[in-house]
Amino acid sequence: MIDSSVIGLTSYLTLAAILFAISVAGIFLNRKNIVVLLMCIELMLLAANINFVAFSHYLNDLSGQVFVFFILTVAAAEAAIGLAILVVLFRSHRTIDVEDLDALKG
Amino acid sequence: MTDMTITDFLFFVFAGLVLASALGVVTSKNPVHSVLFLVLTFFSCSALWLMLEAEFLAITLVLVYVGAVMVLFLFVVMMLDINVAKMREGFVSYLPVGGLFALALIAAMVWVVGPVGPEVMVTDALDKAVKHAADYSNTEALGEILYTDYVLAFEIAAVILLVAIVSAIALTLRKRPKTKYQTPGKQIKVKRNDRLKIIKMDAEVPK
Repeated sequence: MIDSSVIGLTSYLTLAAILFAISVAGIFLNRKNIVVLLMCIELMLLAANINFVAFSHYLNDLSGQVFVFFILTVAAAEAAIGLAILVVLFRSHRTIDVEDLDALKG
Repeated sequence: MTDMTITDFLFFVFAGLVLASALGVVTSKNPVHSVLFLVLTFFSCSALWLMLEAEFLAITLVLVYVGAVMVLFLFVVMMLDINVAKMREGFVSYLPVGGLFALALIAAMVWVVGPVGPEVMVTDALDKAVKHAADYSNTEALGEILYTDYVLAFEIAAVILLVAIVSAIALTLRKRPKTKYQTPGKQIKVKRNDRLKIIKMDAEVPK
């Protein structure tokens, strides 16, 4: 896949691309299970973060790492609120199946 | 691959671990296993970030993500009573679509960023990587720009975390009717006369 023996920016970008594709496939496959969907979103953010860190290293610019710092913050907040909503949902419906959540007739 | 250095070898080891455990997250039957695979993904990814000289973020990923967020995930997964068999319905039928979509996505993105394909990015020209000295502190350098150039964004991030705490607590807090609560306001307002009553009575004399 990578024909040069030296690892470069390309290798990291390729890794992040494959990781992103895996998480998109995960959203397709686990579309009933909200918990796994949230985990797939975390994987996507991780792929984006790998890109940021790789560019930051190979461009010798720390701004990329600062951006990763903020992405981590927002992702942690998102996970906390998402899981809280999930717990409240489970309390009222006794299920977290996406198919059963049709109260809005969407 | 004759002149593959130890760093190259380590990259392939950890990149393989990242991809294998990400596949594990997506395909494992039990959500608890998914969470544990996700932990492995974060660990190997933080090793990759160490190789990219992003030491602070690597340790942050382990502390914040593995230490806090993943434990939260594990709590919720184990607390909720998930019907695993029902959740897996449609997994096989969506496998071809999802797999094809993933392959197409990989092909497109690797064609753009990878070694083959159009010369969209001349990655050699982008390579300005600097080997830092052994006493170079990534944390210090990051802190220097975080608290000067990005101080406003930093404060906003702090506010976002505060909002997350308040909303998570507000969502999940519930009053149970049977539990007894203290009401500090009422406790403070209480006077001595409300609680204590002095009765005059004769002394008891033993017979």
